[in-house]
Amino acid sequence: MKPDIKSAMKQDTGEEPILRIDKISKAFGGIQALNGVSFEVHKGEILGIIGPNGSGKTTIVNCITGFIKKTSGHVYFRGMDISDKPPHKIADMGITRTFQIMRPYYTLPAYKNLVIPLFSPRAKRTGGWRGGGRLGDRNTVSIDILEEIGFERDSYVPYKTASTLPTGYLKRLELARCLALKPEIIICDEVFSGLSMSEIASMVPLIERLQMEGITLIMIEHRLRELFRVANRIMVLNFGEKLTEGSSGEVMADERVKAAYFGSQKVEEVMKHA
Amino acid sequence: MKNNTQRRKERIDRGIKVRTDGLYALMSIRELSYLALPRLILIIGLLLLPLLMPGMYWQRVITITCIYALLALSFDFLAHYVGLVSLGGAFFVGVGGYMAAIMNTTLGLPPWATVPLAALAGGGVCTLLLLPCLPLRGVYFAIVSLMYPLFVARVIEALDILGGTDGITGIDSFTNRWVEQYFIIVILLLLLFGVRRLVNTDIGLVLRGVKDNDQAIRASGMNVTMYKAMAVYIASAMGCLGGACLVHIYMWSGISQFALDFSILPIAATVIGGGGTLVGPVLGCLILVPISELLRDFGTLRIVFYALILVAFIIFRSEGIMVYGQRKYQQFERWTRI
Ligand SMILES: Nc1ncnc2c1ncn2[C@@H]1O[C@H](COP(=O)(O)OP(=O)(O)O)[C@@H](O)[C@H]1O
Ligand SMILES: [Mg+2]
Repeated sequence: MKPDIKSAMKQDTGEEPILRIDKISKAFGGIQALNGVSFEVHKGEILGIIGPNGSGKTTIVNCITGFIKKTSGHVYFRGMDISDKPPHKIADMGITRTFQIMRPYYTLPAYKNLVIPLFSPRAKRTGGWRGGGRLGDRNTVSIDILEEIGFERDSYVPYKTASTLPTGYLKRLELARCLALKPEIIICDEVFSGLSMSEIASMVPLIERLQMEGITLIMIEHRLRELFRVANRIMVLNFGEKLTEGSSGEVMADERVKAAYFGSQKVEEVMKHA
Repeated sequence: MKNNTQRRKERIDRGIKVRTDGLYALMSIRELSYLALPRLILIIGLLLLPLLMPGMYWQRVITITCIYALLALSFDFLAHYVGLVSLGGAFFVGVGGYMAAIMNTTLGLPPWATVPLAALAGGGVCTLLLLPCLPLRGVYFAIVSLMYPLFVARVIEALDILGGTDGITGIDSFTNRWVEQYFIIVILLLLLFGVRRLVNTDIGLVLRGVKDNDQAIRASGMNVTMYKAMAVYIASAMGCLGGACLVHIYMWSGISQFALDFSILPIAATVIGGGGTLVGPVLGCLILVPISELLRDFGTLRIVFYALILVAFIIFRSEGIMVYGQRKYQQFERWTRI
């Protein structure tokens, strides 16, 4: 836990949030996947979103990033209404996301997967991560980015076709694809799930470094212990509604969260390690 | 192949292939020629073809083959580098053909002007009309694009516009048959190498990204529809160019240009030549179109031969000639014990 950043967060509440979600609802036919969810994200913080399976976490990501149309509600980015913008416009503004079901360019080598986002209009405008969008040789920079994100540089791994990479690398590749755009916000949809303990342990410092570089993160996770290490604030979803939000301690102390999320003994167990 | 449970075939890149992938290609004559040889064979071979043909009839076959090759190239580009399986070859040929015909008969433009203009404008028309279908994927795009030529042909027939079933006659031919042949062969070569270069640029990479995973392209802030439209424009302009040449060769433009042959044969050629290689489909046409001419004497039985050749290819060489050829050229194989 990082009390320093947290107290800093509390102080700048007067500032306009970088992302404000206002009463988003989404119905798939008869299923109410989201029901009037509102929350704010401040610049530079890491917001964790947790909730049981099917509680609407991925749907929120899809609504924010424009991949599905909301039934009602608004999304404001730096005060601007982006509710009706198409996904590529939203990504172009700097709100990027990973996919829970990983979506690399399967037939391309890992490093070529990054050349594509480095070629995007946003990367060309902002220079992209590590200046990769401006340089003539995007291939070299994409290997630099892969190294930064945890691919061994001198191995053959960056040159392997994406379809042959194991899950751990694919999750990193998802994150790298977001990073290449030099984003303002990265929304991570379960980047830790499917990874081994040691793989997660190596991802945590990476996440912290991204925060230090000024990137705002929203992290959807089932791995609570690791999430609580990095997140400044936690929001809990249940059946498409916001149950509560606050620090990990506050949230876990909430009786409703205990009831919705797990058996009560397990909470103590989780908190011991958090 | 005895005991092959204990052995497997190992494929290793030839040293020269590895060296010529990088800058070192310029280090020796041997390596330069390794790179240049296949290209030279193709270029010189195509340029010699008209001279080697026994007569006017076979020279005409070569010209038609090149038009089919343009369509096959356009199909392979869309299918393997953008992920759009288009059965609209006949649509492109028809639109390009009618445009060239109108430009020639009403505006009096000569062939060297109508062909490029019909390609550029026809590509625009085809792209605009296909725009609503671009979100469709796989077989759905294929089916809809197949409907376009049928639809336009019926419209021309029913409304009796653009000459109706008689078509547009009195179109200028090329100056002579040598101009006709070399004009098309040179254009085919230029487009073949041009498209090859395009797919290896970063734009080509994005197009392949669209094929693999269009959602990730969107999530990277790029407009998928725009890229698809661009690719369709390139592909349909190539088809229109072929159609425009066709009407100047036959000096006639009619609804038979919307015939399904122009949609189907390029696909068969791609299967035979090797999809994704771009040059493979061109070779496929060089094989298939003359064969189908030879079989013309057999009447309807020709379809049977045709089908047999295709089936044989799919069973014995499903990867296609070029994929097989490239592998033999770039790698050697040996059996290793496991
Ligand atoms: N495309 C869809 N069509 C129909 N129902 C969907 C769709 N996507 C999600 N849902 C439903 O919405 C609810 C929330 O799903 P999701 O956001 O994926 O949950 P989570 O990510 O929290 O596990 C689930 O009940 C799910 O079945
Ligand atoms: Mg989910």
